Parts: sequence; C-alpha cells; structure tokens
Amino acid sequence: MKVTLKIWRQPDAASKGAMHTYEVDDVSPDMSFLEMLDVLNERLNAQGEEPIAFDSDCREGICGMCGLMINGQAHGPEVTTTCQLHMRSFKDGDEITIEPWRADAFPVVKDLCVDRGAFDRIIQSGGYISVNTGAAPDAHAVPVPKDKADRAFDAATCISCGACVAACPNGSASLFVGAKVTHLGELPQGQAERDRRVVSMIGQHDHEGFGGCTNIGECTAACPKEIPLDVISRLNWDLHAALRHGK
Amino acid sequence: MAVSGLIFIAFVLSHMYGNLKAFSGHDAYNTYAEHLRSVGEPVLPREGLLWLIRAALLGSLVVHVYCAAVLWRRAAKARTTKYVMKRNVASTLSSRMMRWGGVTLLLFIVWHLLNFTVGKINVEGGATNDPYNLLVDSFDTWWLTVIYLIAMVALGMHLRHGVWSAAQTLGLTNNVAARRNANALGVLVAVVIAGGFSLVPIFVLAGVITK
Repeated sequence: MKVTLKIWRQPDAASKGAMHTYEVDDVSPDMSFLEMLDVLNERLNAQGEEPIAFDSDCREGICGMCGLMINGQAHGPEVTTTCQLHMRSFKDGDEITIEPWRADAFPVVKDLCVDRGAFDRIIQSGGYISVNTGAAPDAHAVPVPKDKADRAFDAATCISCGACVAACPNGSASLFVGAKVTHLGELPQGQAERDRRVVSMIGQHDHEGFGGCTNIGECTAACPKEIPLDVISRLNWDLHAALRHGK
Repeated sequence: MAVSGLIFIAFVLSHMYGNLKAFSGHDAYNTYAEHLRSVGEPVLPREGLLWLIRAALLGSLVVHVYCAAVLWRRAAKARTTKYVMKRNVASTLSSRMMRWGGVTLLLFIVWHLLNFTVGKINVEGGATNDPYNLLVDSFDTWWLTVIYLIAMVALGMHLRHGVWSAAQTLGLTNNVAARRNANALGVLVAVVIAGGFSLVPIFVLAGVITK
C-alpha cells in the first residue's frame, strides 16, 4: 500500500517547525507504524536528508517511550501504543498527519520527540514509597485485599507515555497523576505518605504548566492502558482528605 | 466549581418549580411570587429570604466564574502550539461547550434579570408589576421565547456535564457504577430542569397559558 505522510519537522527546540509531506510506497499492512517510519528514514538517509526523529524503545507496548499524534489521535486510531499500531489500520492511499504531543510542559526537542521530563519531576515530588531497601520481604507478609490489589494493579499499568496530556483539550495530566496516586494509595505500603503525596504531586503538576481537569474524558479514551477516569475521582478524594488533615 | 455549581442546581430546581405555577393560573402564580417576598416575616424583613438567596447566588457566581476563568487561562497556557489535526473521540458535546455555554448562560442571566427582575421590560406595553401578566406578555413574543429556549438548551448541556463533573471533582465516582450513575444523573437533571423551564414559554406561545 501507499500512504502520504504529513509530518511535523523541527530541527531543534529553538527553531520554528512546519509540516512536511512525504510519500511512502511499498508499505506492507503487516508493518508496525514505526517500521513504516523506519522505511521512510532509510530512504531519507540514502538521499542524504536528515531522518525524522521520533522516540521508541521496547516496541512491544510496555515502555511508554513512543507516542505520536496520528491523524489527531494520540497513538492513532487503535487503543494501543504507537509501536503496536499496524499499517493494516490504514487504507491504501491514506493521508496520515503525524505530530508530536502538544503541551507546553512537553517541549519539542526535535521533530516528533518531546521532553517528558515534567512527568519525572512529578514522580520525584511524591510518586514513590519510602522504604528501606534490603532483602525482598515475603509476598504474603503484608496482606492486601484482592479488590484493592486489582485496582492498584490496573492503575499501575500506566506507562507514563503522555497520551492523556496529548489528548486532553485542557492539556492536563490529571489521569497520569491520578493513576499514580490510586496505584500507591490503594496499597498498605502507600498509606504513610498518602496525604503528602497527593498534595506534592498536584503542586508539581500545576507548577509544570499542565492545565486543570474538567472531566472531559478524552484522556481515558486515548490511554493505551485504558486507565479509567475514576482515578481522577480518587485523586480529588485524596486531595480533599489531605486538605482536611491540614497538609 | 463543584460546590457553587450544586448551589446553582438547587436554585434552578426551585426556580423551575415556581415557574410551573403558571399552569395553575394568574392568581396561583402571583400569590407564589408574593409569598417569596413575605415568607419568613416577621422574623425576616420583607424580601429578607429573597435577598439572602440573592447574596448566596451572587457569591456562588463569583466563585464559579473565577474558577472557570482560572481553568480557561490554564488550558490556554498549557498548549500554546495547537495541533494541525485534533480529533475528539470520547468527550460529549456538552463537556466541550462548558466554557462558551457558560458565557452564553451568563449573558442570558443578565438579559433575563433585565426582562423580569430589574427592568421588568414588557415588550407588549402591558403592566410590569404583575408577574403573571409580564410572563404571558413576554412569551407571547416569539423572539423572546426563542432566546429563552436557546438558553435552556445551553443550560441543559451545562447541567449534563456539570453534574457529572461535580461528582468527579468531589471524588464520588470511584468505580464504574458510580461513574455511570453520575452520568445518568447529569442527563436526568438536565432534562428535568431545562425541560421544566421550557414548558411554560412553549405553552404560552401555543396559547394554552393565557391572561
């Protein structure tokens, strides 16, 4: 199959970017989206042009590194990561618009690569539990009710890819922060720092310049891990509790 | 945002109930309007309760508009470079209309107060100190009814998303069932309130409610 790509090109953070058009022939429907870009990049390399910069790492949908805005949808038309999207989701002759995540908190580094360091700083502000390391404790040493363990695990599937921010009309990272707060807040190990965690993480979130949540729900639709909106409810609940406790 | 919104919902519900008195005729409607002014006497001065409610509503309005302005500004600053192509796949039209719909409602409220409370403008030139007659004269005028019905569509959409969003903000939607219920409640509140308000002008224009 043959596709026409409209891709955001930007040499570096300081320069102005623009959309460029590329034709890619001989695309196999079995190719992943990133393999299709690899094919284009090989051609650009051979022609002596600068290849298109994009992020990817594991290419098996678990690391959260890849992330492209494809035809106006974060990670494209399927509920999965960009690396797990295949060209069979497109038709021969399709025109595909590819842009980087757009959020001022995620500045473009080059072409389709953005700096998601803001997420790291949010995690540093409270997305952890403080325990002394040593030999791993027995798995059954701290009992966790099944429903709480399940919910914590569902929230913990967040791979910090940033699709929630990219899809949110407000540019909010509430789904990401909510996932972390729910993940740790459901577990016994997360209780000691629960109040401080939510206040610090939301403080850092706002400081990074993400927008405020208005519960629109585009984030959860874009999330490749299908994190539900109720983590934002939990985030708000925990914030109210922390404020009541005077944190 | 959520708390001030819930205060507004309590108000529009009772306001809608009062409006429906128009179906009971001139005297029932005007007695109700008069009762709103005399209720609580002699503990409260005349119109005392009315002014307490007005103060609470004004306070809520300041909070609601302030929060909305902050969220709007933050959203504008969070994404200064727009997407060339952006698709909304899961959000309701109501959720995306909250800001401009809210502005529409604010303009309507100003208009509405001029029409019925502050200015008491009777476009048909009749009595303005008679609430029932002012109501019938106003909605006999087709374009006033159209403005009103457009505002009710805006109100319904605002409530549809507002109820759900308030439940989320208050942290009450922690599971699938609670989220489904909050959404259903949003639709119910929107239909009951916007629908209930719309009945009176429609029936006036249709000639069922007359002077």
